Parts: sequence; structure tokens; C-alpha cells
Amino acid sequence: MAETPLNEKLVEGTWTERQVDERIADIILDPSRHTEAQIKVPKFLDKLLPAQAKSPWTMMVGIGFLLVNVLLVAITYLVLTGIGIWGNNQPTGWGFDIINFVWWIGIGHAGTLISAILLLLRQRWRNSINRFAEAMTIFAVMCAGMYPLLHTGRPWVAYWLMPYPNIMGLWPQFRSPLIWDVFAVSTYFTVSLLFWYVGMVPDFATLRDRAKPGFARIAFGLLSMGWRGSAKHWHRYEHASIILAGISTPLVLSVHSIVSFDFAMSIVPGWNATIFPPYFVAGAVFAGFAMVILLAIPVRKWYRLEELITMKHFDWMAKVMLATGLVVAYGYCMELFYMWYSGSPFETSLLRNRVGLASGPYSWSFWCLILFNIVAPFPLWFPKVRKNLTALFVISIAISIGMWFERFVIIPMSLTRDYLPSAFGYYTPTFWDFAMFFGTIGFFVFMMFLFVRFLPSINMFEIKELLHQEKHDSDHQPATAEAH
Amino acid sequence: MSHGRDTAPKPFGVVAEFLDAESLLEATRKTREAGYRAIDAFSPVPVHGLTDAIGFDDSRLSWQVFGAGLTGALAGLGLQVWTSTAVYRHLVGGKPFISLPMFFPVLYECTILFSAGAATVLMFKLNGLPKPHHPVFNAKAMDRASSDRYILCVEAEDPNYDEEALTSFFHGMGAESVESVRTSEGY
Repeated sequence: MAETPLNEKLVEGTWTERQVDERIADIILDPSRHTEAQIKVPKFLDKLLPAQAKSPWTMMVGIGFLLVNVLLVAITYLVLTGIGIWGNNQPTGWGFDIINFVWWIGIGHAGTLISAILLLLRQRWRNSINRFAEAMTIFAVMCAGMYPLLHTGRPWVAYWLMPYPNIMGLWPQFRSPLIWDVFAVSTYFTVSLLFWYVGMVPDFATLRDRAKPGFARIAFGLLSMGWRGSAKHWHRYEHASIILAGISTPLVLSVHSIVSFDFAMSIVPGWNATIFPPYFVAGAVFAGFAMVILLAIPVRKWYRLEELITMKHFDWMAKVMLATGLVVAYGYCMELFYMWYSGSPFETSLLRNRVGLASGPYSWSFWCLILFNIVAPFPLWFPKVRKNLTALFVISIAISIGMWFERFVIIPMSLTRDYLPSAFGYYTPTFWDFAMFFGTIGFFVFMMFLFVRFLPSINMFEIKELLHQEKHDSDHQPATAEAH
Repeated sequence: MSHGRDTAPKPFGVVAEFLDAESLLEATRKTREAGYRAIDAFSPVPVHGLTDAIGFDDSRLSWQVFGAGLTGALAGLGLQVWTSTAVYRHLVGGKPFISLPMFFPVLYECTILFSAGAATVLMFKLNGLPKPHHPVFNAKAMDRASSDRYILCVEAEDPNYDEEALTSFFHGMGAESVESVRTSEGY
């Protein structure tokens, strides 16, 4: 792909409010928008497939749907058989299930960061990517939530995790980080869902008013709750939004800190480190922005949203990745430093195990982590790379893989080599581990493209507000000053 | 034959349509200066200063959410203290029954959960939503109020309400269109 110039404005070109609605709302209301772009297929398939099947939307949903079925088979087999079908063993009680749980939760964090923290910091560039990123949060947390529930072995009694008066007289053990996880993840999902829905209400009203009489109008009418855009409504709406943003900000920081407590509060060498909470949060944002970029690049191209999601957005997202990547790199260094500095023979042997290619069974994965998470994002220092979508796409894939390796390094590597050499073990994931993993990726893609099809994927009223603000700025500033 | 009840549509208000936020804001200020009080304005985006212009202020939401957050914190703490001292008193690893630092994460999450729930529910409740139909939707101009039209409405309950006077007043301020809205709501 050719180098795309970096634009100075957040929204390119001149837009009327009506045009904003047309471009965004019609993705939902006009089915032909989904067949506009066509994917190149091999010649023999070209004649077989109708035009509709060659649209990116059909392809992505199709692939997603296939993998969702893989997921359903994997879950069914798991529930009927037990978690013995996974590679988990003694001493590796946590394997792919917890690796993927942490990976998905982390990916979700970029959504909350963009929607809440950047709202509080009054960053206008969040406006065209926030809705999209929030949807990503919801689906990523759904994927994440599946793992611990299934890992309990008896997901049909998962409600035992919640505190409720029961005939067994049992209550949760509130001193355990695992129960904190239950509260943190369920709160995170609920609050993200509320924030997402509240953010969409004015857009639902726009869709209601644009839709032709019929199912869409009724559905959006119900979802909009009868929103009429009264000044009184907006007044309370803005209060509620800022409150939701204000409480989501500490929430997102707390969720991944609590996830890291699952490890940091234990006494396993390699887990018991005070650096875990901050570097887990930074890693979450790192992985989350990589996923936003991975999804935004194709969606923007297929749905002609280049003027709304501009190169400036990509440039800034890349900078956030660069910054959080450096925090993560610092975290890795500190982890290794503490292992050495502790002087504890268990920690120093883990250090050798991790770094020495010849002395540990999984040290290759540590070097993969360094390669994907520290070396691969390095080119982001150069503005030319941040302007090149192909490069950004490749780097984002590398970061997603790297962040997965981070959890792999932390979990099986530490568990298979803890205190007693007689208890050392080895962990090999099975076919069903991979089926679950790729199944959740499929579920995520499937849900994301359903979202693009049926819900407004860019926040219309905030884009209009942004246009007002930019107009206001250019009216009230000398022509030479840079518009921000 | 009369059933003793008047079911004829009643006036709801006079609705004026403007093309941009600045004109709406200007018109709203003038309307309020002219002595009207039952004013409402509708816009596709929040317009800065519009609530002041219609003379509306309501900060109940913030206080009520604060109350909800406090309730959440107390509920979270209460749940943990009550279960670990009374109904499920078990000594775990020699830790005190009330281990406050360990209780903090759940307390914190409960605070956030209650505040977020309250902020959402109260936003809708104070706004009188859900309300699928509202008399103002009878105005033709409202069809585009969620897209690119800025609407000003003086409701019939205003003591100075006079359809003809308002119509010419709005036209005088450059309204794109002015219509009198009737409602059958409430029967």
C-alpha cells in the first residue's frame, strides 16, 4: 500500500450534518453499502460466487460464523467431558484458559480508555473511534468471561461465584484475588455495556428518524427510548456521560490491576512481583490499541470512512502504542531485575529458565515476546511508519501475538518450574485448547461485524459536535494558528 | 351528544425551526427576554449555553449518583464484614476476620457498579424517558431534529402563550418554518 499523507484535520473535507448521518447511518439502513467493496477471490470461485458473497462483510461474518461453530463444538465437548480435554495438568493448573482470559480482557481495555479517559482529557480525536472501540470492549470481555466460567469445570453452577444466601450456608472468600476478579470483571462488563448503550441513545434517535416505516424504525424507536434531543435531556445526558467516564477511568485501571493480583498475590516465583499491576494495565492498553488498529484499517476502507477516521487518528493511536510499549518493556526489565536482585534461589533459577535458551523448556517463548513486543513496535518511532497502514497493520498483528506470549511466559513457564524439582512439569496445549482460542477469535470477529451491520459504528452526534467545535475554533482563531 | 369530556386536540405549543445552533441560541435568548418561560429547545447535538438560555438547571443527577456510590461502598463493605464475621466466620491463614485491605477491591467495584447503574437509570428517569411518543413529535420540523435542524418550542402552558403573536415573533427572528402543534395526549 502506498504511503498515505498525514492530515492535519480530524475530519477531512467539508461536511454538513446531513452528510454525516448519510455516511454513518446508511451503513445500517442501506444494505447496498455492504456489497460496495468486493474482495478478490481466485478465478474459479469468481464465477461460482454471487456478488453479495464476495463482499467483505459476508466474508468476515462467514468466517466468524464458521469459527463460532468450532467454539460451540469445543464448549459442548468440554461440558460433556470435563476440562481434562485441555492440556492443563499438575502442576500447570492454569493454561490456555487463563492466558486467553487475560489476553482478551486486556484487548477490551483500549475501548474504555478511548471512551472514558480520553473523554475526561477532552481529546477530540477519540470521537470517530470511540464507539467502535467500546463495541470491541464488550465483545472482548464476553470472550474473556467464557474462559474462567468454563475453567470452573461445572459452568452450570457458575452462579456459586456470586454471593447469595444459599442452603449450603456458603459465602465467597473475600480475601482471595479470584473473587475480586468475579466482581471486577462482572462490574466491568456491566458498566461498559451501560456506557456503550447510553452513548448510542441519541444516535438511535437519528436512526429512528431516518429509517423508513417498518421494523428498523420500530426497533430503533424502542432503543432510543423516545429521545428527542431536548436541551433538558442533553443537560442531564452530559452530566451522566461525564460521571460514567469519571467512574470508568478508575474502573479500567482497577480491573487489570485485579487481574494481575491473581498472579502477584500468590507466592509462585515469577508471579510474586509488585510491578505487575501497572505493567499489566499498560500492556492491556498496548494490546487494545493494536486490536483497534487491526479492525479500523479494513472497516474504514470497506465502508468509505477515510474522511472520518483519518491518518491523524492512526498516528496518535500508534503513538499511544509506542508509549505503552515502552512501559511494558520497562516492566519486563524490572521483572528480570527483581528476579536477580531478590537473591532467592527460586527466583534466580527462574531467571535462567526464562532467559537462557538452553536452560529452560520455554525460553523460546520469552524471546518471541521480546521480538514481538519490543523489537517489532520499534519502527513506530519513525513518522513514516506511523503513516503507513500496511506497516501499522503488521506491527499491530505482531503486538497482538506478543501480548499473548507475555501471558504464556507468565503462566506455564512459572507453574512448570516452581519450588520443588520433583514437582516440575511440562505443559502442552491440546487440539481443544486451540479450538477454544480460535473459536473465541471467530466469535469476536462475528460479533464485531454484526455490530457494524446493525448498530451505528461511529458516534454521529459526537462527530457533529466535533464539526461544530472545529468550525468554532477556525472562526475564533487567526488563520495562522494551528487548529486543535 | 356530549359525554361530558372534551376530546378535541388541544394546543401543545408553537414550534420554530432553525438551520443552525447559533440561530437557535440567539432566538432562545430573545424568547426568554420577551418574557416567555415554558421554553424547550431540541437539537441534534448538545448546544453549549442552551440550558442557560431556556433557564433550566438541574444538578440532582450528580447528587443522587453520589448517594448511590456511597450506598454501593457501604453495601460492598457490609456484605464482606457481615459474611466474614457473622454468617461464615472462618479463620483463613490466620488473617483477621475483618481484613480491610483485602476487602477494598470488592468495595471499590460495588461503588462503581452502583454509581454507573444509578447514573444510567436516573438520566432516563429524570428525563422522563422512555416515552416513545411526545406531543412535540407532531411537529413536522421534529423529523429532522435528530439530524440537522434546531428547534425552539414555547409550550401552551406559558402564561403569555398566544399562537399568533408567537408565530410572527418567530418569523421575525428568521425561523425557517413555524408551526402550531396540537396534542391529544392525556385522554
